[in-house]
Amino acid sequence: MIKSDRIFGLVVVLVALAYVASATQVQTSFLSDPVGPKAFPMIVGSIAALCGAVMVLRPDEEPDWPELRTFGALLISVIALVAYAYALKPLGFLIPTAIIASILSYQISARAVPAMLSGFGLSIGLYVLFKFILGLGLTGLPKVLVG
Amino acid sequence: MADLFANLSLGFGIAFSPFTLMLAVIGCFIGTIIGALPGLGPSNGVAILIPISFTLGLDATASLVLMTSVYYGAMYGGRISSILLNIPGDEPALMTTLDGYPMAKNGRAGDALVISGVASFVGAFLATIGLMLLAPLLSRVAYSFGPAEYFALYLLAFSTLGGIASNNQAKAALASCIGLAIATIGLDNNSGMPRFTGGNLHLMDGVDFLVAIVGLFAIAEVFFFIENHGKGSALGVKLEKVTVPVRDLLDSKWTMLRASVVGFIAGVLPGAGASLGSFLAYMSEKAISGKKGGFGTGVAKGVAAPEAGNNAAAGGALVPMLTLGVPGSGTTAVLLALLMTLNITPGPTLFSDRPDVVWGLIASLLIANIVLLLMNVPMVKIFVRILQVPPWILMPGVTMVSFVGIYSLTGSYFDLVLMIGFGILGFLCRKMDIPTVPIIMGILLGSAMENKLRDAMVLSGGEWTYLFSSKISTGLLIAAVLGFIAPMFLRRFITKPQRVSD
Repeated sequence: MIKSDRIFGLVVVLVALAYVASATQVQTSFLSDPVGPKAFPMIVGSIAALCGAVMVLRPDEEPDWPELRTFGALLISVIALVAYAYALKPLGFLIPTAIIASILSYQISARAVPAMLSGFGLSIGLYVLFKFILGLGLTGLPKVLVG
Repeated sequence: MADLFANLSLGFGIAFSPFTLMLAVIGCFIGTIIGALPGLGPSNGVAILIPISFTLGLDATASLVLMTSVYYGAMYGGRISSILLNIPGDEPALMTTLDGYPMAKNGRAGDALVISGVASFVGAFLATIGLMLLAPLLSRVAYSFGPAEYFALYLLAFSTLGGIASNNQAKAALASCIGLAIATIGLDNNSGMPRFTGGNLHLMDGVDFLVAIVGLFAIAEVFFFIENHGKGSALGVKLEKVTVPVRDLLDSKWTMLRASVVGFIAGVLPGAGASLGSFLAYMSEKAISGKKGGFGTGVAKGVAAPEAGNNAAAGGALVPMLTLGVPGSGTTAVLLALLMTLNITPGPTLFSDRPDVVWGLIASLLIANIVLLLMNVPMVKIFVRILQVPPWILMPGVTMVSFVGIYSLTGSYFDLVLMIGFGILGFLCRKMDIPTVPIIMGILLGSAMENKLRDAMVLSGGEWTYLFSSKISTGLLIAAVLGFIAPMFLRRFITKPQRVSD
């Protein structure tokens, strides 16, 4: 039985060692104190590596990971969120929010019509709240359309 | 004493201005809703509101009043979802579910809500008075703290957080290291050289702690809801007419008082204070009432004790946060982030340089408490209705608010993507039982901790024994080691109560 803790611990050890290695490469300037910019990261990295090693040697009980389909839902949500991050500026608030909120809503409860309604409702409701009640500077529609 | 009253009148002068009063009331209301909603607790609720309140352009006192009212409100509101849904909003609220949920299932949901509301008030009110008395004293002691003492104090905070609040020392220490390592990204304060940026210009200023907090707390929560498909948040118990159970309240008056004192003292400890507060309050009352007390089956005292302890600890946790800059819980860590965003440096100088901020805050906490009691006992039915918002509307809403908040604060895609990354990290960590609060604390305190260490070494000319040169720092370092190691042995004797299942 492969334990998640072991895998994660191993990743931690490798990342921590890489972090310590890159700490040794940090440039020091002529204006330096007795400790310098390298020591603290090296200490932190070493402790992290030690913790990772403990996780490899003494793993906890296996967490109950979701089934594959749920991982699919999570992946879709992450992709949707990244797309949202990039769409917010060029496309304005209203359209991306309606689409992405519908997708997220559908991932939580797989019913198409309520999901779309909640997406549209959230998009308009939050826009009114942010723009007109709280006075944040949001652009509602794509820049191209507004000109 | 005369000082205290002069300070309080200064505070009330600020707090009683119509605008501040309005902010306190709004904050309490929003806070109670946030606390009551399943999946939102004090820390992630306050986290998603900070960027928004910052963009509104409120001044330091006003935003502090607003956010601490939200904080207190969420502590009150958290009990609603603990009792009715068996979903604690955060770690300390877990203890309230132990008796609150059974009581609600026995058809006494209304009584449980009123008892816990009054207990919250008693705990929070006494803790605010404790804060008023203790904080100025502690701030005077804190004046004598040099870099060595501060370094030891930070270490104590991390080790108790890891030792007490988690089930596995290695994982808690790892979480602190992840946070500290993230804090080292960016330009080095002393030499001005970039560290760990990989040549990325966005990383030169370091990782914004608000991005990390919103990602780890709010976005990760959204992923959890996607995993469960929003199950388990349906209201299973009926709430009939709400009356005031006078008998139960009178019976548990000593329980509330004792629990408040225990909670407050635990809350003052830097690091793990707040979750320890409700735990100790519940366990000590359980021991006092013995077997025939019936703790765990839904008794009034079992609801009153953790709720008074929890709220007292929340107030107590403000003491080290304001006087030393070391938070005592996840939510106070978020409040520390708020102070840092507002360019207020917590610490002993805060009390002498910005008395308006400190005393305005304390006065508005007192007001917020009374507002919350009035809001939470007669109006509890309204909040129960809000709690029935289905997660497929709520969680996308939380996501959008987080995005808009961070986007209007930093205006960069990079930070939004980084926030999603922190969301994934938070999801993985919670799955693997790695606590996320130490990560936040590491990011918040990392550069201060490193600077204090380096300052100490400059003072001593590189002599490491300087860290043990004063009684205070030696004591703190010993406490840090004990706080980390002792729970490993104690865990065999004391098991933390787990959530009750249906």
